[in-house]
Amino acid sequence: MSDSFVRGLKCRICGKAYPKEPLNFCTDDFGPLEVDYDYAAIREALSREKIELRNFNMWRYRELLPIDGEPTVGAQVGGTPLVPANRLARELGVQQLWLKNDAVNFPTLSFKDRVVSVALSKAREFGFTTVGCASTGNLANSVAANAAAAGLNSYIFVPADLERAKILNTSVYGAKVIGVHGTYDQVNRLCTQVAFKYGWGFVNINLRPFYAEGSKSMGFEIAEQLGWRTPQHVVCPMAGGSLICKIPKAFDELHKVGLLKNDPKGSVKFYGAQPAGCSPISTAVKNGWETHRPVRKPNTIAKSLAIGDPADGFFACKLIRESGGWAEDVTDAEIADAMALLGRTEGIFAETAGGVTLAVTRKLLEQGRIPKDEEIVICITGNGLKTQDAVAEVLEQPAVINPSLEEFEPLVEGAREPALV
Amino acid sequence: MTVRIQIPTPMRQHTEGQATVEASGGSVQAVLEDLAKKYPGISQRIFENGQVRRFVNLYLNDEDVRYLDNLNTPVKDGDELSIIPAVAGG
Repeated sequence: MSDSFVRGLKCRICGKAYPKEPLNFCTDDFGPLEVDYDYAAIREALSREKIELRNFNMWRYRELLPIDGEPTVGAQVGGTPLVPANRLARELGVQQLWLKNDAVNFPTLSFKDRVVSVALSKAREFGFTTVGCASTGNLANSVAANAAAAGLNSYIFVPADLERAKILNTSVYGAKVIGVHGTYDQVNRLCTQVAFKYGWGFVNINLRPFYAEGSKSMGFEIAEQLGWRTPQHVVCPMAGGSLICKIPKAFDELHKVGLLKNDPKGSVKFYGAQPAGCSPISTAVKNGWETHRPVRKPNTIAKSLAIGDPADGFFACKLIRESGGWAEDVTDAEIADAMALLGRTEGIFAETAGGVTLAVTRKLLEQGRIPKDEEIVICITGNGLKTQDAVAEVLEQPAVINPSLEEFEPLVEGAREPALV
Repeated sequence: MTVRIQIPTPMRQHTEGQATVEASGGSVQAVLEDLAKKYPGISQRIFENGQVRRFVNLYLNDEDVRYLDNLNTPVKDGDELSIIPAVAGG
């Protein structure tokens, strides 16, 4: 179907233009490269009606994603629920709350499937047969699974101390998994060297300009699911700081191509969430710094957010500041508590990053930073089944009894008198 | 002190195609100044108004120099300095 609406790549610092190629930084000033679209042509080609006729997955917005033609990897990714969270809203004392639930994204239960499907479709266009990534876990799962389905070889680099579940959830797809002694930032540095030395397609290195665009689909879906309009407040977890920049970009693009009912400019505030054990971006925002100062040794149960030197830290600080939002960080205990709160109020088991995002939302509500009578969307980006150990200590242990009614009856809360049988 | 400097692949046009080059000095700063004399092209890409550009990371051996003494970090013979694009990961 559609031809590409991508003109090429462009440096975000100096504006220098590049062709579509697997390159993530400007060779003049090391600035990040970003995809350059022909929005006027997209505006002509796209309408709400056209989108609504397509399947409900991220590719219904494909004109605004940087691939040429049809996606060849991850054709079913996205289309996750936007859940009205009324019971959680009552608990938090707010009026209108939604959860964008990428804990059930397909196929690997995190928002990373969105970015990976774009990156690997692009990897195929460029002719790569080996792909890879530096990952804190969710990306590892997603690259491994999507590469397997696409018949690509994959090399996955992770910190060696990652949760066992995240490693198993990568190895099962036949990926070559390399545990590196060190922090994520050290893994990332190694991968930057590997990607260029071996000429492989690393999704978050040389394919990063394309990869990062996949996150916009979370924003496109939020707006469409709210009836083609934007909410007033969005709370987002931050690791590398990319997602929190791509959701507003998605809103702006929908407006630019004429699909939104409102103008999102100046009307949506973005809030970033980090764990206290790795909070370079929230610390920068709270101190009014222009950019983050790197954290050498992150220490948090939210390992998926443990990036001490976030690539988009500068842009995330700027975006948050300019939107009128804020950022906060929460302790491991607050994270586990929020995971349990989300489970018992909404029946959603989010990973530690979801606990971070909810706990930060609660903190910002208590601080009065987020008003309680306006529309709030919380982004849940990963599934709790991958980080089960994090909640083990805050949950009630199951009662263990013999198979006898007498032993069961004292366990029934409240009602002392069983109904007549 | 002579230090080996690793040049990122897309930047090698500025070092006559070489992956590693040698430069001398007593600190990271001095080594980079010596590099600038030998290969002026790469220097202006790393520095802007005397400061390392925002999206450039420098590693001495395996450590980010921001966790050492930044540009004042002393170097010794045989050390390896890597110039790494910061826009990666996440």
